[in-house]
Amino acid sequence: MSAPVLEVRGLTVRYGGRLATWEVGLSLGAGEILGLVGESGAGKSTVGRAVVRLLADGGRVDAGAIRFQGRDLLALSEPAMRRMRGADIALIPQDPLSALNPVFRVGLQATDALRLHRGLSRRAAVVEMVRLFGRMGLPDPADILRRFPHELSGGMRQRVLIAMAFSCGPSLVIADEPTTALDVTTQAQILRLLDDLQAERPVATLFVTHDLGVVAHLADAVAVMYAGCVVEVAPTAALFATPAHPYTLGLLAQVPRADARAEASPALEALMPTLAAPPRACPFRDRCPKRMAPCDAAMPALRAVAVDHRVACHLYAER
Amino acid sequence: MTTAPALLEARDLKTHFRRGGWLAPARWVHAVDGVSLALARQETLGLVGESGSGKTTLGRTLLRLVEPTAGRILLDGQDVTGLSQAAFRPLRRRMQIVFQNPYASLNPRRTVGQILRQPLAYHRVAGDHARLVCDLLARVGLPPEAAGRYPHEFSGGQRQRIAIARALALRPDLVVADEITSGLDVTVKLRVLALLRELQAEFRVAYLFISHDLAVVRQIADRVAVMYLGQVVEEAPTAALFERPLHPYTQALHASVPAPDPAVAWRPPILSGEPPSPIAIPPGCRFHPRCPFAEARCRTEPPALREVAPGHRVACHLAPEINVRGAPPPSRTFPRGRGPGEARAGSGTPRP
Repeated sequence: MSAPVLEVRGLTVRYGGRLATWEVGLSLGAGEILGLVGESGAGKSTVGRAVVRLLADGGRVDAGAIRFQGRDLLALSEPAMRRMRGADIALIPQDPLSALNPVFRVGLQATDALRLHRGLSRRAAVVEMVRLFGRMGLPDPADILRRFPHELSGGMRQRVLIAMAFSCGPSLVIADEPTTALDVTTQAQILRLLDDLQAERPVATLFVTHDLGVVAHLADAVAVMYAGCVVEVAPTAALFATPAHPYTLGLLAQVPRADARAEASPALEALMPTLAAPPRACPFRDRCPKRMAPCDAAMPALRAVAVDHRVACHLYAER
Repeated sequence: MTTAPALLEARDLKTHFRRGGWLAPARWVHAVDGVSLALARQETLGLVGESGSGKTTLGRTLLRLVEPTAGRILLDGQDVTGLSQAAFRPLRRRMQIVFQNPYASLNPRRTVGQILRQPLAYHRVAGDHARLVCDLLARVGLPPEAAGRYPHEFSGGQRQRIAIARALALRPDLVVADEITSGLDVTVKLRVLALLRELQAEFRVAYLFISHDLAVVRQIADRVAVMYLGQVVEEAPTAALFERPLHPYTQALHASVPAPDPAVAWRPPILSGEPPSPIAIPPGCRFHPRCPFAEARCRTEPPALREVAPGHRVACHLAPEINVRGAPPPSRTFPRGRGPGEARAGSGTPRP
């Protein structure tokens, strides 16, 4: 296959005394959707934010490389990064209400990127946005451009943000929990839209979510994060059919399902730790039902257990 | 349902809010618009619906935290709608609530012990309050030392346990649980639900379990009522509601939830348009503008909630014949060009 669109290696992000991620590695090709899942605090949003270099205050990249189409994003100057953000790399944020400026009409902010990155005139940008809004399934696009964000429903706001993200033809989209704030029927519509857009033009998508149901049906592959570390990566079907890491197993067993009643398993009783220093042992060991001596001695490295299926667990150490 | 009066009953309950009226013309939000429900002792009634369907307002109206515009609320067959707040206060002991956000519902400046003693003091409960607090903490799985600590020292799941302990402190007959698992991580949700079930047996309490999450409701409810635009459109025992949903809205809601398993085909139905607003309520069946099966009479004639099987009531002219899944409108397996378990054409896999 051709070179990956996005390649993250050994990404370690620090917020003060806390390591938000530790040596995260990911790779994403054109047309692929990689689901990045984990509990809150696992570091999944931090990875997405680090890629667009929009870490929250106090966050900094301690180590690692982020390559986008072969260029090192961490080495770019801020103006060069700004030219890339919104053009080649787009972000779909979680909360469409706080992502849109409440005091400006939708049209003014939605056309910003088109005018800045594609050099369109105000009028041409409006025409293009009307076309894009129509493509996103927004009724009466010209009218929506004149409205304020609060006048739109959550689903409509999310469509506006997706239109903005796709307006400059990005090669990489970071979607940070884009459907978490939406009702299920609206979520289904938005996921269908993202899937259709993907079919039209092969964009690489990093889809950050805690919803395993969404990942199961949308992503090509899934990376599971725990305490800032990627503990398992696999093609979606393999991850759900043959999960290898005890954490992934526990996580899948814990998801409430609408098609069955389940019992709570005691597997994930303890809390997820936060890392203050590079892990010297497996961060999952306190919750792990299969804890062994090596788990206390060293952080397991990611190892292949099948084709494209990698796990960071001592259970799978070379025998 | 039964011959004995229900623990709590709502009869044609309505809660309307006035919006605007100063600069803009006044409009009425029909948050709850004619709901009749009954809840038996020790029963869990799940209340589901999308945002804006009125489920939270209904829960608060039943506790008279919001006063109803019309209709009646009966507790053990006694009409409590017209009671003054002073006369109603002793009855509040029997009806408690747990809110969605345990970060906002617990006073950050009080210790957990103070928070739990407050309802005991307010209702002048006899006995050693410190001891009662310890018992409560133990029952929700927290150590006695928790009493001396502040809410911020606990995780979201633990805080929700504290809020549950506070609701149970007065040994109520009914607890309204309003989206209490929404902010919790998946690994915590099932544990909180299991705790609620344990406590139900021990405290003999009934739950009105409000949630937008069908998967969660499935885990805990004995019966489920589905709300749409201020009204109940379907009500049934949990298994029946999930295995044989009759209202097209319930069917659409159910089919919209992706199973956490790529091997289970997901064919979310297309509901046209946005959920309409509770200000401008469509005539006829409220769901008809989004319903793929709407006929002429659906546009003019509001359907009554009628019983179609024991305990299974539905408000639809066309039920029980219709089924959204597999029927029009066009619905495709998700995602495009991929059967269950197949990889997207030409996809590679990440290599870390």
